[in-house]
Parts: sequence; structure tokens; C-alpha cells
Amino acid sequence: MSALSTKHLIGLKQLEKSDIDLIFKTADNFKEVLNRPIKKVPSLRDITIANMFFEDSTRTRISFELAEKRLSADTINFSSSGSSVKKGETLLDTVRNILAMKVDMIVMRHSSSGAPNFLAQHVPVNIINAGDGTHEHPTQGLLDGYSVLQKFGSLKGLNYLIIGDVKHSRVAGSDIPLMLKMGAKVKVCGPPTLIPKHIEELGVTYEPNLRKALEWCDVANVLRIQLERMDIKFIPSLREYSLSYGVNRALLDSLNKDITIMHPGPINRGVELNSDVADSKQSLVLQQVENGVAIRMAVLYLLAGRN
Amino acid sequence: MVDIVSEGKQARFRGEHYNVSHKGLYLPNLQMQMQPRVILDSKKLDLTITRLCHQLIEQHKDFSHSAIVGVQPRGVYLADRIYKKLTSILKGKHIDYGKLDITFYRDDFRAKGPMEADETNIGFSLEGKNIILIDDVLYTGRTIRAALDAMLDYGRPADVELLVLIDRRLHRHLPIQAKYVGKVIDSITAEKVKVEWKETDGKDNVWIIEEDKD
Repeated sequence: MSALSTKHLIGLKQLEKSDIDLIFKTADNFKEVLNRPIKKVPSLRDITIANMFFEDSTRTRISFELAEKRLSADTINFSSSGSSVKKGETLLDTVRNILAMKVDMIVMRHSSSGAPNFLAQHVPVNIINAGDGTHEHPTQGLLDGYSVLQKFGSLKGLNYLIIGDVKHSRVAGSDIPLMLKMGAKVKVCGPPTLIPKHIEELGVTYEPNLRKALEWCDVANVLRIQLERMDIKFIPSLREYSLSYGVNRALLDSLNKDITIMHPGPINRGVELNSDVADSKQSLVLQQVENGVAIRMAVLYLLAGRN
Repeated sequence: MVDIVSEGKQARFRGEHYNVSHKGLYLPNLQMQMQPRVILDSKKLDLTITRLCHQLIEQHKDFSHSAIVGVQPRGVYLADRIYKKLTSILKGKHIDYGKLDITFYRDDFRAKGPMEADETNIGFSLEGKNIILIDDVLYTGRTIRAALDAMLDYGRPADVELLVLIDRRLHRHLPIQAKYVGKVIDSITAEKVKVEWKETDGKDNVWIIEEDKD
């Protein structure tokens, strides 16, 4: 019998390697469940989960909701638009009111970094971070790692490249600690304005030239240009970004090897990733989405069982 | 006749220890019964499995409409043996054989915390089949209850029978009964039945031991 070392999933930085291994192993079991004629198990049938999305989401929200339903949990959905948040209710008040209706777990997305961590200190239920500001997106990090693991068999010694807006990316915030813990080497690539200063302190290297970076890597995770988080101009124009850092077929074909391309979605087609790459065999994008449900089932199952 | 082995004031009957009182009454010797003891050794275990296989063949003939399903993790060792023996008795006839994990169907998930799951591997359709469910020890019946739930998610069998090596018949929590039984044991709750297999434990043995008090 084994359990996670943590009660909440706030970030992958705090997670032990054994936790990650356990989540991956449990996800294997749930992947098998998802390929059955009846894709549902009764494990969480006495558990109610609130999905609280204070920020827009398609993939993550649907993926979490499906994962909860496949585990037979009851779910309630909350989104800040059309709620009392607009009337000025504070985060803690909103959450406490929902908890008063006997909810066991909270999945939450918030535009402020640290919001799930704040909640975890004030309420007694399990909190799962579904993305907070520019901090972390742990289930995305886990499903990225799991997708690469399925393709390559091991993460140890793998060269993992993250391209683009690393500064604003919570995906990078989760991918970097996960990959390093699992023994992969990580490099980041992008315009210097979009790379955090002192990123080397995390144990990763920086390469400003996209072609050189692609030559180095086995897997490249192409991040989305997040226009909504850019209150000042970090790049001259999308067109210029696309010319220097856009990944396209011609560029990939000119490399000496076949690399695997990932993207956390939603894709700005023609900006950071061209359609002729996103829809090609080299792309792991749809496998990432498929694995997302199994990974989230594993996380929910393991946290719910931790009494 | 029953095989009572008298040893002075002590006696053994069907492997259980008794004290013989001055009026000739047989009282259970609890002290002796708490000692770890082997109730099936490898020779007897082999005989028992052979008998179970012949009982199965009597009922299911050539297994063309039947399939065996072992419950993970410990039931699979018994199911493996039975599968091997059946194919050798039936001279290599194909028998459908699957493994079923029930972790996600347990009713003690909240009480005991998450358990690691094993592989489920059922490579055939259960629809309309006669299924023989196999586990090593039948105790409270809760595992089998979960296994029935888990199995129905793979299809609707024509019928389901239960085969167990050891039936601890005094401890049932649910109305579940095995059709094929290797050995019936009247144990007390403080005792535990441990089945050891050559594949994992180096030796075939069925033990009654005192439960660890941790």
C-alpha cells in the first residue's frame, strides 16, 4: 500500500520523485479503464468535487470533469463569470460557502499565482491546482511527463526543450521541476525578454537560437504566446516572433533527426506552431490530451484515498 | 470413520487440535490452534488442485463456452496453476483465461486508503460465457462482491461460479458461497490464512498464523 506524501497538489516542485512514479503507475491502470467498453469505476462514488474556475479553460476543465465522472464522483462546476465574485465576494468567502455544502475536494484555477496555496492553508479539504497565474500547472506537467515516458520508455537522460514564453508559462513552471526530478536534461529557448532572469538557477540551460536548440533536443514543448498576460510589449510583433521562434515543417525537415513536438494547447496556429507540424506524426498533442484524463484520475484517486 | 489421532489427553481431528476432557469430551485446544501451522503442504495442495480441475471438467466439459478469471493479485497464482493443469488434462485445448483487478471497486477505499492496482487483462468477451471466478481465500466475501462488480463492467456473462482454495466459512459478511472449494477451515478471527506459492515464496504451503498485531 502506498500513498502520496502530500494532501494537496499545488505544484510539482514540492512533490517527491516517488509520488510522481506512483501517479504514473496509477495512470497506467486508469488508461486501461478508459479503453474498456464501460469506462467507469466506482472508486469515488461518495466524494463530491467542486471545480472552481476563476479563469477561462477548455481542455483542463473538461479533462478534470471527465476524470471525476469516470471515477463516479459527484461534481459541481463554478466559474467566476456570472457568480457572486462579480458582486465583490472574496475568494475565501466563496470557497467557504461552497464547502459548507459538504464538498470533499476542490479543483481550482485562478489568475493569481499562489491562490491554491493560500486556500490550502485556510480550508481543510484537498486542493488540486489546475493552473495558478504564472506559477504552476501540475497536472499538465504530469501529463507531459507521462506522454514523453510512454513514447520513450524512460525520462532519464532525455533532452527536453521548452520553446517560447517561459516567463509567463505555468506549464514551464511545472515541466521543469518534473523533468529534472525524473532525470531529464532541460533547455529553454525563446527571445531573451520572455526568459526569466537567472533561470540557470533552476538547473536548466538557455539557448537563444531555435535551430541550435532543436538540434540538441529529443522532445520540444512549444509554449503558447500568452497575449492576455502581456501588459507591456515583450516582443515587437507576432509576425516577428513567428519568423524567429515559430516551429514549422521546413525547419524540422532541415534537422538531422526526428524530434517529438508537444504543445499544451490552445495552439496559436501559424504563430508558435504551424499546422503542418501540429497535425503531423511527430506531434504528441492529441496523446497529451488523452493522457490528461488518466493522469487526473490518478491524482484525484490518490488524494481522495489519503483520508 | 473420522480420523481422530489421540495423543494421550490431546487429539487432532481434521488438522485441528483438541484437549480430551476426563468425560471424553473434545474441547478445542486454543493454545495449540494459535501456533502457526501448515494446513496444506505442497503434495496435498497439488492433489487438491487436481481434484478441483476434474470437478471443473465434469461441469464445463471442453470449456468451449467457459472461461476462467483469476482475481488479482493472489488469486492469479491459483488460477495460473488451474489453467496449466486444465490445458494439460484437456491436451492443449484452448481455454479463455483472464486476470481481473478489483482495486477500484473495493468498498474499503476510504477506510484503508488507496491501494496499488494490478493489471487487468481479459482478452476475450465475457458476453454469454460461463465464468469461473478464482481466488485463493474466501473470507468476508467482500473481495468477491467487488470482483462481481468489476467483471460486469466487461460484459454480461451467462453465469458466474466461484472457485476458492480455502473457504473460511465462519466469517462471511455477505451472502456469497463458493461452488468449488479446496478446503474448508473453521478458523477464528484472530487467525489469518496465508497461502504461499512456489512462484513468489519459494514453496507451496497454506498456513494458519496468528494475525500480526500492528
